Amino acid sequence: MSDLRSLYQEIILDHNKNPRNFKKLTDATKTVEGFNPLCGDHYMLYLKVEEGVIKDIAFQGSGCAISKASASIMTTILKEKTKAEAERLFETFHKLVTGELAGEVNFEELGKLAAFAGVSEFPVRVKCASLPWHAMRSALDEKAETVSTE
Amino acid sequence: MSSVAHEHTSLAVETGFDVERIRNDFPILKRLIRGKPLVYLDNAATSQKPQVVIDALVEYYQTENSNIHRGVHFLSELATQAYEDVRVKAQRFINASQSREIVFVRGATEAINLVASSFGRANVKEGDEVLISGMEHHSNIVPWQLLCDQRGAHLRVIPITDAGEIRLEEYERLLTDRTKIVALAHVSNALGTVNPIRQMIQMAHRKGIPVLVDGAQGIPHFRVDVRDLNCDFYAFSSHKMFGPTGVGILYGKQEMLEAMPPYQGGGDMIRSVSFERTTFHDIPYRFEAGTPNIADGIAFGATLDYLNKLDWQAVSGHEHALLEHATEAVSTIRELRIIGTAKEKAGVVSFVMDEVHPHDIGTILDQEGIAIRTGHHCAQPVMNRFGIPATARASFAFYNTHEEVDRLVWGIQKVVEVFK
Repeated sequence: MSDLRSLYQEIILDHNKNPRNFKKLTDATKTVEGFNPLCGDHYMLYLKVEEGVIKDIAFQGSGCAISKASASIMTTILKEKTKAEAERLFETFHKLVTGELAGEVNFEELGKLAAFAGVSEFPVRVKCASLPWHAMRSALDEKAETVSTE
Repeated sequence: MSSVAHEHTSLAVETGFDVERIRNDFPILKRLIRGKPLVYLDNAATSQKPQVVIDALVEYYQTENSNIHRGVHFLSELATQAYEDVRVKAQRFINASQSREIVFVRGATEAINLVASSFGRANVKEGDEVLISGMEHHSNIVPWQLLCDQRGAHLRVIPITDAGEIRLEEYERLLTDRTKIVALAHVSNALGTVNPIRQMIQMAHRKGIPVLVDGAQGIPHFRVDVRDLNCDFYAFSSHKMFGPTGVGILYGKQEMLEAMPPYQGGGDMIRSVSFERTTFHDIPYRFEAGTPNIADGIAFGATLDYLNKLDWQAVSGHEHALLEHATEAVSTIRELRIIGTAKEKAGVVSFVMDEVHPHDIGTILDQEGIAIRTGHHCAQPVMNRFGIPATARASFAFYNTHEEVDRLVWGIQKVVEVFK
């Protein structure tokens, strides 16, 4: 059970049950689809970016608890962040869930993202946690309209 | 729950099926996963292998390894004989009338691709139709789609009911003079439905339409008699029936195979080759280009020997009891809904849970050493039919026990607890 609790932390279960910013942004400047065809995680991510700053961010869709909580928590921390700050958070998050931060996890700096530290012990679930982040990055890069982490 | 388990255990004893003795034949079933005994309930994805099959593989490489059908030396003759013996074993296993009706392939997927490509090229033309059901695996959809796209033909789909059964009256209506072939799953991998294929074959034949049966999920659960079914093609994979990966069989009626052009070109499938002209070998070799998967083919022969020794009435009694036990027990979990409630089912319990995605179910069960499959099961149209992205699926084989069903149920209750 201890291993399971490291993956399904309270904050993750909470964001899964009551996702924040779970809506369509009517004034979005960029909309990206995040889709993992093999497992069926499927989200639309909406961003309103003005002068290099994320003024608003929201999402809709369905998937597992890890992907949904990851999307929800991501939207709560990216508001008012610049593109460069968002990119840095992406890098940190990616290292966190793939276990590359081992030993140097700064929980204070990570804040709510620290809840995803347990994901690195579940390699097949890394793609669930990172899907919304890849979608966000692609939106900022003005890349493809659909993103997959499979 | 224990009373349900008890009742079924005594039923299994009555039918004379000693599951513990069977389990001893499968070494992997003894291993621990994260310190807990493995509960392997992903048999519809692939089955485990008995020791005799593993031994046959090793023995082939240690004592017989050689290329077949061409050498005149001792080992080549030995390997050729062993490999061709398996063709005869497979023929007898499904009661085909001749061994040349048995084509070795990589698996059921390749078998279907072979028929779609070869039979399809010769028989399906612009405006024609290929008829499949709404519960097919991608491997019995995509090859026909590719064919229809190439030929300007149309893929038609027999609708299924909310229980996951084929609508026979719709099937009758869809069999027309434009239909060139019907391709049907014997058993649905995602729902467990056993289709009334004997009757469906009769219905198609009345209109002169041949039928291919995708038997990948059928043949692991019950004995198949292709002459009794009167199917034109029957496709299946060794690895889903306790044999090695990379080998499968396409059964085809002699007159069907004779009339089909080659599938792939290469060595072994020819009689003579010049730059101007090639003449092809007889069936089945015409469809077997290149060095085949000799070792796994021979080990598949050991699999058939093993299966022939089982009491199949007892096997199906045991599997039926497991399915009933699992269905009853999971039905008591309020948050859970079974997908696929056909009257005739084989070895599969597919389900979804309120507010819990199948992948989360899979991860939590895995922590308890319980292996199930989660996802769309390569049957996305089935998922769409039921308006769900995925299911969790427990699939059984004859080596599974009632205790394992109880552990599954216990694991699902744990899922409920975590997500409460």
